[in-house]
Amino acid sequence: MRNWHLTAVVIASALLVARPLAAEPVVWSIGAEQLEYRVGEGSDIQAWDGGGFIGKDELRVVWRSEAEYVSDTDKFETLENQIRLQVPIATFFDAVAGVRFDTPDGPDRAHGVIGIHGLAPQWFEVNLDLYLSEQPSVRFEVEYEALITNHWILTPTLEIDLPLIDDQEIGQGAFGPTIELGARLSYDLVDRSIAPYIGVHWERRFGESATLARAEGEQASAIYVVAGVRLMF
Amino acid sequence: MTFRLIGRALVLGVGLAAALSSATVAGEYALTVDPVTIDTGDFSRAGIGFNGASPGPVLRFKEGEDVTINVTNNLSGPTSIHWHGLILPFQQDGVPGISYDGIAAGETFTYRFPITQSGTYWFHSHTGFQEPDGAYGAIIIDKKGREPFRYDKEYVIQFTDAHPHSGDRIMRNLKMMPDYYNRQQRTLFDFLKDTETKGFGAAMADYKAWGEMRMMPTDIEDLQGFTPLINGKSASANWTGLFKPGERVRLRFINSSAMTYFDIRIPGLKMTVVQADGNNVQPVPVDEFRIAVAETYDVIVRPTEDKAYTIFAETMGRTAFARGTLAPREGMAAEVPEMREPPLLTMADMGMAHEGMDHGAMMADGKMDHSKMMAVGTHKMPDGTVMKGMNHAKMTGDTHKMPDGTVMKGMDHSGHGAMAKPDPFYAAGSGLKPAAANGGKFLSYGDLRAQKPLYKLREATREIELRLTGNMERYSWSINDVKYADSEPIRLRYGERVRFKFVNETMMTHPMHLHGMWSILDAGKGKWNPIKHVVSVSPGTTVYMETEVDAPGQWAFHCHLSYHADSGMFRKVVVEGGPRASAMPAKSMTGG
Repeated sequence: MRNWHLTAVVIASALLVARPLAAEPVVWSIGAEQLEYRVGEGSDIQAWDGGGFIGKDELRVVWRSEAEYVSDTDKFETLENQIRLQVPIATFFDAVAGVRFDTPDGPDRAHGVIGIHGLAPQWFEVNLDLYLSEQPSVRFEVEYEALITNHWILTPTLEIDLPLIDDQEIGQGAFGPTIELGARLSYDLVDRSIAPYIGVHWERRFGESATLARAEGEQASAIYVVAGVRLMF
Repeated sequence: MTFRLIGRALVLGVGLAAALSSATVAGEYALTVDPVTIDTGDFSRAGIGFNGASPGPVLRFKEGEDVTINVTNNLSGPTSIHWHGLILPFQQDGVPGISYDGIAAGETFTYRFPITQSGTYWFHSHTGFQEPDGAYGAIIIDKKGREPFRYDKEYVIQFTDAHPHSGDRIMRNLKMMPDYYNRQQRTLFDFLKDTETKGFGAAMADYKAWGEMRMMPTDIEDLQGFTPLINGKSASANWTGLFKPGERVRLRFINSSAMTYFDIRIPGLKMTVVQADGNNVQPVPVDEFRIAVAETYDVIVRPTEDKAYTIFAETMGRTAFARGTLAPREGMAAEVPEMREPPLLTMADMGMAHEGMDHGAMMADGKMDHSKMMAVGTHKMPDGTVMKGMNHAKMTGDTHKMPDGTVMKGMDHSGHGAMAKPDPFYAAGSGLKPAAANGGKFLSYGDLRAQKPLYKLREATREIELRLTGNMERYSWSINDVKYADSEPIRLRYGERVRFKFVNETMMTHPMHLHGMWSILDAGKGKWNPIKHVVSVSPGTTVYMETEVDAPGQWAFHCHLSYHADSGMFRKVVVEGGPRASAMPAKSMTGG
């Protein structure tokens, strides 16, 4: 729970700092790109990937949150929260810096994060983050919104997590990446605020990470049918 | 004549008679700023109005009158009223932070100023997003002498783009996701259609070219999903103005929208444009005209038949339309046309086609040689760049000989007999250049000539370049790449004549509005250049206007698209020297 307090404190202080700068309004947003139920061969999973921001053009405080909750075992397999400061560095790109706390059921981890976030040519939204700690890792995410119509949107996503050194406690082997691929077909039901979707989600661990998973009796790869809702307020 | 507030949407059937009295008069008016409910039929929401309604009343003044207007703020927060297009002492201009402090909740502020002009204007709040939220009304100022045209009756036709979301929410949504409201983006189906019409390679190249820039050819209206209103009435509520066949009817069009341009026509009637932005122009008969945000146009129509006529106003992006009716009797209606296909921006609108071309002066120079319409194909730029696969399907552009004599190659002229005249106020090859629905005359800025110049023509004392800049993906807008919050005021000297050079480097059209002093648009007409208060600058163009700096004090100067102005496309203008500001408006300094 401590992460939530931190979020509140950071957001509140950002508001106070931001106010005197100019007449420009402070804007904010909160939502979830993914808030979904995953059905696969093993246990079902409830997952979210979302967050929010508050700030102005020159500085935004961003909260990112990701979780995977396994109903069968009543455990958070993944639970991470990040607080990042985001500043523009180019027309379409921002630099981010902040902290990430992983607090799943099992060992906790804390990292510093630096990265870039932006819109690449041909409308690919990309994130490249370097997580700095005793167990550093690199994460690359890319997302594309393909308009089938102006309300039906197909969103393919790719996420690559690459541990740079072994962290056996949490099942990560150096340079054994975890790759997640997804495709979600959504319909904008209420403005862009509420968009239910269905899709597929596939993830697979490679290299040492895969070996560690198998040693734990888990599958190295899994595929899910997902149903959920994208929220943006 | 009595001078009074006239309720909204009322017939203002005073015609010529109103213009005859010449005695100096003093009128006193009262306005309240109130929370109201905006009900468009499509949606209902809390908004802001004047005297309990949105739109507010039509204020009717007389040239030469000294007006006193008591404005009472019944809101829970501050407000203000700006008299759009009126020439007055700067303390009376109504811009919080520039003219005065605004009007606090519960306070009454007394505006006092002389009316030194005539024509059609409007007023609106200049605080936050109160104007998009409904705080606007019309102003008619009757001329001291005779108008140089005749009419038997008149109506105000005031447009707005009422949106179900509040202004604050719209601003936040646009900052969060700049295409939040754009529901006319190109889809998979458009792509498939394009591959059919021009081949896979060309379609792919086109989508790639736009994707490379991370811009959208459909980015014409940042804000969609609104209900266009005429005098507060939606298309289905059908605002109606009555006429007797044979009468000359003066229509005073005012665009009070936050973000939306309209293309206006009355099928079956020729419109004679007699005034633009409150100043009479030499009459131009047209079939259709485009009204930028915050502009006004007065036209005269003469319906002779005993039947109804539709006033049809499509938005520039063709996402919605306003509709009203002129009819001999209540309850009559004429056919409502279909909206035309939405336009698409072209590479010309991106400013990529004609680097260094001077569109403002082009008409005067007559250097361009335009002949036929451009067809789908390869587009060779003056610099030799070949752009493949541009979507010219929607273009009304032309083949052009560049000023340096280069002819653009690679065009297929077959099957395009239509002769489109060039319009220097659109980039050559622009997707935005309008054409009349009936193939007739569409008004251009180039057609406007002042009826009576207000100033002697003289050489400008200096030129100030204002690049209109922004970042669509961040939804931040600026002038010379600097947002208002970070900017220094533009300093002018009283008595000088400044030539403003607008260079639109963005993909949007910006209606630029200078407060307090006239904007003399350079339409290549010398002393007959039209006198305006809003100058619309299309993407990929350079437009000039000149201003006789004859009003001391400090003034606002901004893009009149509400969300552009608020996110930084705004400047303070300080006029230094001249009659001491304290000496002038002393009598106006009272107030809440």
